[in-house]
Amino acid sequence: MSAHRHSSPLAITGKYLALALYVGFALFPLYWLAKIAVTPDKLIYTEGTALIPSSFTLENFRSVLLATDFLFYFRNSLVVSITTAAITTCIAAAAGYAFSRFDFRGKRLVVAIMLITQMFPLLMIIAPIYKIVAAVGLLNSLTSLIIVYTAFNIPFATFLMQSFFDGIPKDLEEAGMMDGCTRFQALRKIVLPLTLPGLGATLGFIFTAAWSELLFALMLINSNDTMTFPVGLLTFVSKFSVDWGQMMAAGVLALVPSCLFFIFIQRYLVQGLTSGAVKG
Amino acid sequence: MTARKITAPGIPRARPSFYLRYMVEPYVYLSPALVLIALVMLVPLVIGISYAFQSVNLLRPIETGWTGFDNFRTLWSDRKFWLALTNTFWWTAGSITFQFFLGLGLALLLNTSFHGKRLVQALVFLPWAVPTFLSALTWAWLFNPTIGPLPHWLAALGILPEPFNILGDPNLAMWGPITANVWFGIPFFAITLLAALQSIPGELYEAAEIDGASAWQMFTKITLPFLAPMIAITVMLRTIWIANFADLIFVMTGGGPANSTQILSTYIFTTAFRKLDFGYASAIAVALLGLLLVYAAVLLVLRRKLVKI
Repeated sequence: MSAHRHSSPLAITGKYLALALYVGFALFPLYWLAKIAVTPDKLIYTEGTALIPSSFTLENFRSVLLATDFLFYFRNSLVVSITTAAITTCIAAAAGYAFSRFDFRGKRLVVAIMLITQMFPLLMIIAPIYKIVAAVGLLNSLTSLIIVYTAFNIPFATFLMQSFFDGIPKDLEEAGMMDGCTRFQALRKIVLPLTLPGLGATLGFIFTAAWSELLFALMLINSNDTMTFPVGLLTFVSKFSVDWGQMMAAGVLALVPSCLFFIFIQRYLVQGLTSGAVKG
Repeated sequence: MTARKITAPGIPRARPSFYLRYMVEPYVYLSPALVLIALVMLVPLVIGISYAFQSVNLLRPIETGWTGFDNFRTLWSDRKFWLALTNTFWWTAGSITFQFFLGLGLALLLNTSFHGKRLVQALVFLPWAVPTFLSALTWAWLFNPTIGPLPHWLAALGILPEPFNILGDPNLAMWGPITANVWFGIPFFAITLLAALQSIPGELYEAAEIDGASAWQMFTKITLPFLAPMIAITVMLRTIWIANFADLIFVMTGGGPANSTQILSTYIFTTAFRKLDFGYASAIAVALLGLLLVYAAVLLVLRRKLVKI
């Protein structure tokens, strides 16, 4: 940091230029998505590659929302993502608490198993899972997706929650237990309120992960009624591949929940999260 | 909690029950997680490995049964498999190289002070929050000459002879998903490396400055050694993750044209999803798992040899 205190004007210009390039690279594809989404249909072929369209319209959004099934897909995805996030966070909070507060026999083994689940190709189990889900009659149901996504996200969420619990001094709950709380009361009354931001962050992470998952949803869902947003969008793209405006409008809609989450999570990104979670 | 009731009968209550509780209680908290992981991941993993030695094809249900190493023999002489293996290497190497160096550059920039830092940081990290299928579609559209500007820009710069879709050209198609992956992955490296950079004590730089060190010397003698462990672990984890990462390629090119972007993970998925040949898909998956294990083992041995603790 201090190394740059005496930087020359040239170096400073270079720095701002580099930053501008990074920001441009990061934002340009999203800008383009939004741009095509608001370009009127008749202008797409004449000025599809112009940087700014000569007129704007919200017609594409209107037809995506009213004339297609996207609202339905949106609802399905919301149900799957919210339920997955809620269940995963509860389970992972319990497991993360155990990792953070106990030193028990078999702990290393359990941690190793959780790490391994993060390493092997998840596609390896796509065929067995399809067979099992088909055998119990849950194909084309949102329940199967919720169960599968919950299991997939538990390891990461557990390590994340563990790092949040590690950040809360043990003395606090020990003092509570001295004063006659049971461990569970201490957990509920003392630790839980302090981990609320951590719980929120974990919820957000799992929500986004479930929101973006595509391949297992493609495999397990093929009826129009239970399609999630990614599956619906991909089906739409392969069926109506010339309806650029509508496709991109649907894309912008898919971006909304993620961006909301991102705004919320942004301030934790560098400070809290990485210091604990990445070291594992 | 139920664990509190567990006490061994006939033993004085105080100490042993405390010990037992301490041993059992964590497993009460862990049990939902462990049960779900076992049922949804570990059991299917074992079944998946067993599929590799069977003929499991939903389109030919009669031919089901154990076939020994037949799937692997087919794999060995499958030209598509070897092509996918080569492509996996280029896909992973290309993605990780650009992600890492651009991510490191961004982390170094963000570790200095400048105006509007909070806003810039939020904006450059944004791609990381974009759902992968959407990143893939967006980049596929950007490369489309009808509605995307990239082919026209590349042609104007003389990189392409005329504005065509590189995703349709077997020699160039891989650059499409790699670009999307770099866009999507820079924030991850930047976030991780920035966190590591911020943990370097500032006094080191002050001392070096007093001793008259140049910026480059400070970078190579202080920053890099401090970052090295973090770099090693993130690059290794990220390599495995990218090699397994099928979504971008599947959405952008589906492995085509002429399998020029087919990597092992997309090959697994298309074999299972399109052909419903679960046995063969599992054999490819076992091969990929084996390769990743070898890679991880080599890295761990290298690390033990190079880093003496």
